[in-house]
Amino acid sequence: MNNYKLCYKVAVVLAAIIVALLVGSIIILAVGGNVLSTYWIIISMPFKNFRSICEVLTRMIPLMIIALGICVSSRCGINNIGAEGQMYMGVVASCTVAFMCAGMPRMIAIPLCILSAAIAGGLYGFIPGFLKAKLEVSELLSTVMLNYVATQFYLFCIRIPLLDPNEKTGTPMSARLPESAVLHKFVRGTSLHEGIILAIVLAALIYILLFKTSWGYKMRAAGASSRAARYGGINVPKYLIIAMVISGGCAGMAGAVELMGVQGRAMSGITSGYGFSGIVVALFGALHPIMVIPAAFFFGILLYSQVNLQILTSVPPNLVQTLQGAIILIIVSVQMVINNPYTEDRFRRRFFSSIKKEAK
Amino acid sequence: MGKFTEIKELRLENIVKRFPGVLATDHVSLTVGEHEILALVGENGAGKTTLMNVIMGLYHQDEGSMFINGEEVNFRSPNDAFDCGIGMVHQQYMLVPNMTVLENIALGMKDCQKNIKVDLEAVRAKVNEISTKYGLKVDPDAYIWQLAVGEQQRVELVKTLCLGAKFLILDEPTSALTPQETDELIALLSRMANELSIIFISHKLNEVKALSQKVCILRHGAVVFQGNTKDYTPKEIAALMTGRDVETSANTEEPCNGKTAISIKDLCVKSDRGFLALDNFNLEIREGEIVGLAGVSGNGQRELAEAMNGLRKVESGSIKFYDTEIANLTPRQIIDLGMGYIPEERNIEGIVPSMSIKENIILKDTETEKFSKNHILKNSEIEKYTDEMREKFDIRSPHMHIAAGSLSGGNIQKVILAREIDRNPKFLVCVYPIRGLDMGAAEFIHKQLLALRKRGVGILLISEELEEIMNLSDRIAVICKGQNQKVLLRDEASTAKLGILMAGVKDE
Amino acid sequence: MFVDIMINTLTLTVRFAVALLIASLGEMYNQKAGIFNLGCEGIMSMGAFLGMLVPFMIGGAGQVPGYVNILGLITGTICGALLGLIFGIVVITFRAPQGIAGIGMQMFGVGLAGTFFRSYIGGSQSITGINATAIPVLSKIPVLGEILFTHNAVVYFAYLMIPVCYYIMFKTPWGLHVRAVGTHPRAADSLGINVNKVRYQSLAVGGAMAGFAGAFLTLCQAKMFTADIIGGRGFIAVALVYFGQWHPIKIFLGALIFTFAQSLQTQIQIFVPQFQYYEFLTMLPYLLVIVVLAFNRESNKFGPASLGKPFNREMRV
Repeated sequence: MNNYKLCYKVAVVLAAIIVALLVGSIIILAVGGNVLSTYWIIISMPFKNFRSICEVLTRMIPLMIIALGICVSSRCGINNIGAEGQMYMGVVASCTVAFMCAGMPRMIAIPLCILSAAIAGGLYGFIPGFLKAKLEVSELLSTVMLNYVATQFYLFCIRIPLLDPNEKTGTPMSARLPESAVLHKFVRGTSLHEGIILAIVLAALIYILLFKTSWGYKMRAAGASSRAARYGGINVPKYLIIAMVISGGCAGMAGAVELMGVQGRAMSGITSGYGFSGIVVALFGALHPIMVIPAAFFFGILLYSQVNLQILTSVPPNLVQTLQGAIILIIVSVQMVINNPYTEDRFRRRFFSSIKKEAK
Repeated sequence: MGKFTEIKELRLENIVKRFPGVLATDHVSLTVGEHEILALVGENGAGKTTLMNVIMGLYHQDEGSMFINGEEVNFRSPNDAFDCGIGMVHQQYMLVPNMTVLENIALGMKDCQKNIKVDLEAVRAKVNEISTKYGLKVDPDAYIWQLAVGEQQRVELVKTLCLGAKFLILDEPTSALTPQETDELIALLSRMANELSIIFISHKLNEVKALSQKVCILRHGAVVFQGNTKDYTPKEIAALMTGRDVETSANTEEPCNGKTAISIKDLCVKSDRGFLALDNFNLEIREGEIVGLAGVSGNGQRELAEAMNGLRKVESGSIKFYDTEIANLTPRQIIDLGMGYIPEERNIEGIVPSMSIKENIILKDTETEKFSKNHILKNSEIEKYTDEMREKFDIRSPHMHIAAGSLSGGNIQKVILAREIDRNPKFLVCVYPIRGLDMGAAEFIHKQLLALRKRGVGILLISEELEEIMNLSDRIAVICKGQNQKVLLRDEASTAKLGILMAGVKDE
Repeated sequence: MFVDIMINTLTLTVRFAVALLIASLGEMYNQKAGIFNLGCEGIMSMGAFLGMLVPFMIGGAGQVPGYVNILGLITGTICGALLGLIFGIVVITFRAPQGIAGIGMQMFGVGLAGTFFRSYIGGSQSITGINATAIPVLSKIPVLGEILFTHNAVVYFAYLMIPVCYYIMFKTPWGLHVRAVGTHPRAADSLGINVNKVRYQSLAVGGAMAGFAGAFLTLCQAKMFTADIIGGRGFIAVALVYFGQWHPIKIFLGALIFTFAQSLQTQIQIFVPQFQYYEFLTMLPYLLVIVVLAFNRESNKFGPASLGKPFNREMRV
């Protein structure tokens, strides 16, 4: 690796971090917060004690599962913005199955719930995949629209068919899940639950799928250049649909895990924006299933800080969403700058002018 | 109007332009006088177009300077070049397809853009004036996408002249024309030289001979030769252009009488635009035979290649591959029958640019027993095989994990060739195999094709270089407007004959 | 009752189509110049917030002079233009992939509006906003009078934008540049047109219109701000551009159809309260978008050929 190339990359990444911090600072100042203490709260609070680390890890679970799915779809060249909707579908399915499985042993009930969520999410992912592959409908638009549709469908479900029969106040929410469908916490009094096992197993599976199997190879080829893939005899539409189904399935499972491990009942707003944050995590992890793990941890910290910001500062927790948006914008820019041979060349000539290496 | 009323002389001094890792032009100096035609020749990638883009102000030189009539000029944008009376017709026409001829010309005429509304009538007047003056007929209200290639070129010329060009740069103007259209253009340009100065880029040496007074040869970005055209033969110029004597491999075998490998009957295929690109096309190719398909590009060649490989829907007609009907089969099915395909756009279709050489080598074979078991890829097998291929096909790269898209054109073509040839195809469709390659790589590829022919593989060679076709083919078919004009034996063919056929004139 | 529902629906359609229409016309400029701006939703969100903030800071929930409301509209518009330019830095200067960058812009805009809203306004407050005034005489025409002539001035101004946008796009030099840049940027470049500059300009114009549309939502429609006030209108606006085949008149028709679906569903909820499954009605406009996109793919060929492709003079394709 050439010396200056590494320097160049480091410089670009550093610049990006500075820009991100600056954007955050400006917003914090604008809402009258204290920049340093706000950042300090975001970074230090999660590591205050074991309980708070568990909180971060708990948030990491759905983030990771969704981001893994997005790795598959994005690598295959289809942007899945619909994780939010697929997650809702997963919640509905797993909630329904959970009540049907009441009284069964956990070893049966839990896999059934998760499986049903995966199927529901997968089917919901199938729709935009099919529309894109067969009818050339932009997946960006169709998935976003399907998010709104799913939100309404979910609201309907928790208002009428899944409504808690003992609920008297009229708040739309389901009854508490039967014990057989609840994911247990590892340590009493902390939030970390068994879902993290699923997340890690999935990371390994997706890694193998993408990089060790011929299916993954074909998906990546289809995503990198659909024309070349078609020329190479790869059925591009088929793999687009499969990638979307896997992606949707992951989002559905994330919904199930969130329902069974954290909330315990289906209520409004259960997805808490994980579907969108998952996109940021996947991008931050460079669409690599293993890199997604640290990326999810970082965003777990960010999401957990929402709670602390609300308690400890005057800075509204919406700041986190703003930062996520800014981070997306910065990451996509940084990737293009890093891969731009022209700016790299200019950088080299300015700071490494002593190296003369000109090919003819 | 304009900064200079006339251009007595355009002089470049030591122009240097760098791209990352490449020195595109290396201290180039040249001079063009009034009413002079300078031919700028050189292989693909020699830096001709880059140099012209510097003159036009599209690129800014890293070093060196430019003088008009002895006065230094510094162009920051094409507008500056237009102001000084310099205009360029680019190799790929710079016309917006869904706008009319008038709108396209108005786009460059700053005079008609001063008011809120574009003054199209002023443009029309100017267009009429220019087209009468030079005898260039254009329909000002036609949309560009409705025009044929030759007409588009006229529009380009009119556009450049409307912008006040007194100094004309033409970048490979004949590359999309039939030989007859080329002759017309050359006659026109000779007439225009009475009023204009012209720089003419080409690598077709007979055109250079016919048109130019001076010739300047670029190689690897540097001027290697300048002189008067009339003092040199095309062969001498060619030798200077490539830096060595040109040796071309040629097919000297007897025509063969093998089994019919491909038989195309009444094939109709639509283009992207929706009209019939192939209109009842017929062709037969035997095994062990190279059939060259000559024709001006855009007459259905691409559609033919794609239809034969399952990449384009066949509307009607049949394609028989030995005994199997392959029209509208999937690409996978056709590949499995033993079809090989070297596509036109090697950078984006022939390879997946962001994937490594290793991954590109197995593009068509991920499910074969050799490279995978139960869908798990056999990594070590793949690497071993890739190393063999790099050796056998002389693919020059630091290692096999490098992104294929970062290789040079010649090496990319070798990767494709390695993959296609080593799969032992029964038939090979080969589209513009040496376009944009240097002579060395082209030579290598031609040798491989001839070797493949010896092994009894039928080859359809689609090319726009008549020389390549006449050297390699056993028989030559000519395509025009989606129809097979005629099939000639190699010995019957001549440039003139092919040219007439390419223009759509069917002889009896 | 049916007649009541229809008259109400149509009246609301005429008024509420404005936000979609303006945002969509703005997006049309972006796309014609080759930029796919999915961040429209975020820009509208900021526009909506500022449309609320300005009158709220000056007059609170009470009556404010008319010019303050106009000031709100203008602030929203300017902010939209600025956000459009920020998006331009990402997708034009850095040449980032536009789809995903648009999602980033959307999150940024919605998040930022939410953040500022929480700290400057706090809870659910309302403003008087710009009220509808019936035009004398004309509004007395039966049926049509109520549907067409009972709106506020901004609505009429917005409809005036349709011919204006048409004229700008197809008759002016700038429109000529925009169309060239979105279809064949190299050709425009070879004629000395600064491709990226035109694209930045189109983003500023498109962003300004999105900001205006957002401010319209708070000032003339909702009279209040919530974090999810845009509710996908930004995305629908993008879809409408496809539906309208990049033509102002067709986009206008599209905006009417979608707003009609949306207004009809609110009217049914009001007039038929016994209908229990109103979520399914709310879904309809979104489903309509998907169905239209699915059966309208022929229109893709009307699209600007370089839509979504960054321009780089030195990169040969």
